[in-house]
Amino acid sequence: MNGPILRMIDIGKDFSGVKALDSVTLEVERGKVHGICGENGAGKSTLMKVLSGVYPHGSYDGTIEFEGEEAQFRSINDSEAVGIVIIHQELALSPYLSIAENIFLGNENATRGVIDWNKTNLEAASLLARVGLDENPATKVLELGVGKQQLVEIAKALSKRVKLLILDEPTAALNDEDSDHLLDLIEHLRGQGITSIIISHKLKEIRRIADTVTVIRDGKTIETIDMHGPDATQARIIRSMVGRDLNSMFPPRDPKIGAEILRVEDWNAYHPVDTGRKIVDNASFTVHAGEVVGFAGLMGAGRTELAMSIFGRSYGTNITGRVFKNGTEISVRTVDEAIRNGIAYATEDRKKYGLNLIGDITVNVSAAALATLARFGVIDRHREYKVADDYRRRMNIKAPSVSSITGQLSGGNQQKVVLSKWVFTGPDVLFLDEPTRGIDVGAKYEIYGIINELAAAGKAVVVISSELPELLGISDRIYAISEGRITGEVAAKDATQESLMHLMTAGKD
Amino acid sequence: MTTTTPATRKPRLAINFRQYGILAALVVIIVLFEVLTKGRLLLPGNVNNLIQQNAYVLILAIGMVVVIIAGHIDLSVGSVVAMVGAVSAIATNQWGFPWWAAVLLALVVGAVVGAWQGFWIAFVGIPAFIVTLAGMLIFRGLTLVLLTGGTISGLPDSFTAIGAGWLPGVLGELGGRDTLTLALGAITCIALVAQQLRTRATLRRLELPMESVVQMAVKSGIAVIAIMWLAWLLSGYRGTPIILIVLAVLILGYTFMLNQTVFGRHVYAIGGNLFAAMMSGVKTKWVNFYVFVNMGVLAGLAGVDSTARAGGAVASAGQNYELDAIAAVFIGGAAVQGGVGTVVGAIVGGLVMGVLNMGLSILSVDAAWQMAIKGLVLLLAVAFDIFNKRRSGGR
Repeated sequence: MNGPILRMIDIGKDFSGVKALDSVTLEVERGKVHGICGENGAGKSTLMKVLSGVYPHGSYDGTIEFEGEEAQFRSINDSEAVGIVIIHQELALSPYLSIAENIFLGNENATRGVIDWNKTNLEAASLLARVGLDENPATKVLELGVGKQQLVEIAKALSKRVKLLILDEPTAALNDEDSDHLLDLIEHLRGQGITSIIISHKLKEIRRIADTVTVIRDGKTIETIDMHGPDATQARIIRSMVGRDLNSMFPPRDPKIGAEILRVEDWNAYHPVDTGRKIVDNASFTVHAGEVVGFAGLMGAGRTELAMSIFGRSYGTNITGRVFKNGTEISVRTVDEAIRNGIAYATEDRKKYGLNLIGDITVNVSAAALATLARFGVIDRHREYKVADDYRRRMNIKAPSVSSITGQLSGGNQQKVVLSKWVFTGPDVLFLDEPTRGIDVGAKYEIYGIINELAAAGKAVVVISSELPELLGISDRIYAISEGRITGEVAAKDATQESLMHLMTAGKD
Repeated sequence: MTTTTPATRKPRLAINFRQYGILAALVVIIVLFEVLTKGRLLLPGNVNNLIQQNAYVLILAIGMVVVIIAGHIDLSVGSVVAMVGAVSAIATNQWGFPWWAAVLLALVVGAVVGAWQGFWIAFVGIPAFIVTLAGMLIFRGLTLVLLTGGTISGLPDSFTAIGAGWLPGVLGELGGRDTLTLALGAITCIALVAQQLRTRATLRRLELPMESVVQMAVKSGIAVIAIMWLAWLLSGYRGTPIILIVLAVLILGYTFMLNQTVFGRHVYAIGGNLFAAMMSGVKTKWVNFYVFVNMGVLAGLAGVDSTARAGGAVASAGQNYELDAIAAVFIGGAAVQGGVGTVVGAIVGGLVMGVLNMGLSILSVDAAWQMAIKGLVLLLAVAFDIFNKRRSGGR
């Protein structure tokens, strides 16, 4: 067969009057990797849900042609039956089942309801070999890291004789090594004739792996770029995505660094379950007023654990060490105490630890500083509304009103709610853990602007991030962490990605 | 900066529809049974009984909605009602406690029971389902020990009045009706309207969004008609049941607590996302603990009420009350996973069950069928709610 494997023509979809997709056209060549880029809320996920039958035929406008024939999927089962498999950002594996059981879940090797375990495990083993995962098929999924779980998902897709594999932000939760492995695998599958659509915010990866890229903005197709062409640069994709030139990825910064605000000395923390394991190892650092300090470390290096153990002992056991604020030692044994001492910590997992997703913007913004809005335990609801509305404007949270449910906001706007919540506590020191994870380029730029404003207001800001260009772009000073130890401290202007990576991978001598 | 303020009204209406959906269901059920019973459902005596017979379930539902918003469940309240009822009966009958001392003792016993269960749930970390399932057995057993298998009756009138008495008609009669009841109804209406106007004035002063005048007028109008109509009916019987006053105070107090206080907000925060609440400095363990202490106190009050109404304590008192209370809360729109629910919803849910009970009894439907029908109503109410949420959920 020749011609494109998939054509989506003039796809339109609206949600009670709000247009999410407006005559989007997408053509995917057989045996290629096709990237889809766009800001959050641009309509990428909606488009993929139309394609995979989550939104059934009839609930959208336009036509879908798969392998030259018109397709009318009424459910995910329909699209899987012809070989379209979607792997979502949040993995959908059952933790207490084995790898083999997960691969064949819903598709069991069974006769009259009785499972043939030998066949299941044998086939699973060969699928695992295909995706390059060296694990026993009987291993429970909860024992695997996120990277390996991702591979199990792909093995599961292969078991369904996938022709078109859709990956939604596949590397969002992976470290560099696992990401590399995954991208290699996608290339390898391309060699075997499997077409992939990959949605990603990480343009470097798109640049590396995609043959063509379609950019979607505000529910419309902006352009499709041949990535082997001469002008297929990252800057061009960004320009298409945001509809404007980003002269720089980072807003200009003019630091005015004042006195030391926070000093942490000889900080140690042990794993909460495996109490013999030292997770944070004798860490000492300082942060000054008006300063943005970056923490660079690979996943599992102990960056988050360091911040959380300081923030009211939210992580770890047998924590020792001393914390000084403005030169006086303070106690931060509970979250409440930390907040009262002017420390804020915005978590890396905003959905799990950061927000009440069924609550509206108002209750989330006020959540960590309710006491300041209350007298004798009674909340001044009017003032609370005003405060939330004020933050909605200041942080440019895009929502109809502060009564909007946070779970329905885009990632970037959710992050702005989290930041509002912590800024409202009136902190002197803010720990921001992966503040731009999973959010689009435009919102990232806004968040960097907010960080600059906070520093300009004399606050000390600590940013933990896996993205080295980001750390180099927004920090004044960077600490590198490896295996729970601070392995280096450099001025951002003197550091390079390479020099940081060197420190971040420094092992114990 | 881009701001989009004018769209505030639409989501509000949507929320209101959900809230009023159950109220509409209550009205439909009342009208339905009024027709089926050929007008007997709303005879003054029956309306009075509807209140006095369901008061303890409504009191329990108020405590239960707090428990369920926090993401827990309490299966023990029926047994606690029985045990506290036994304690209060012993106190008045055998120890000669005056009524107020017996009530106080009952509330304290309820609080201790709540603290016991709260300790295991909040600080030891055992799921509430297990702790209160154990409590259901423990306190039923203790009730049997206290009553040694028999019953205690012959309680003083001052005590039984709590569940089965009326406010004295101190203002005399007006055309054969109790003046005090009519006056209370009128005062309530005036207070309600004044409160609405005051809130509106504050909102205007602070330039905050508010509902339209028509919306407010319609809402207040319906409320005034409902209150006056209830007062009219009750005044034609024996006047205002004492327990109705208790209930009104509880409904107002707990609505205020959940909506306006830090503690109430923390309860919603814990149910909405426990981890986020923890990381925001909420003392989640203590909040959980007090949620159960509160449930215990209200179960104690329900125990007093049911004992007073029955005029004595029996070991089998309070059986299945926990299920009635839980059903009321869920019919009233609370979410199984926590974080959502209102006191008013739970009360309306409880009344739906109460009207069903009474209507079916008047029609002399067999008790077995009554149970089955109530079960179906619970199922359908929650299914309707889930269906609604899905439709309004969008993407």
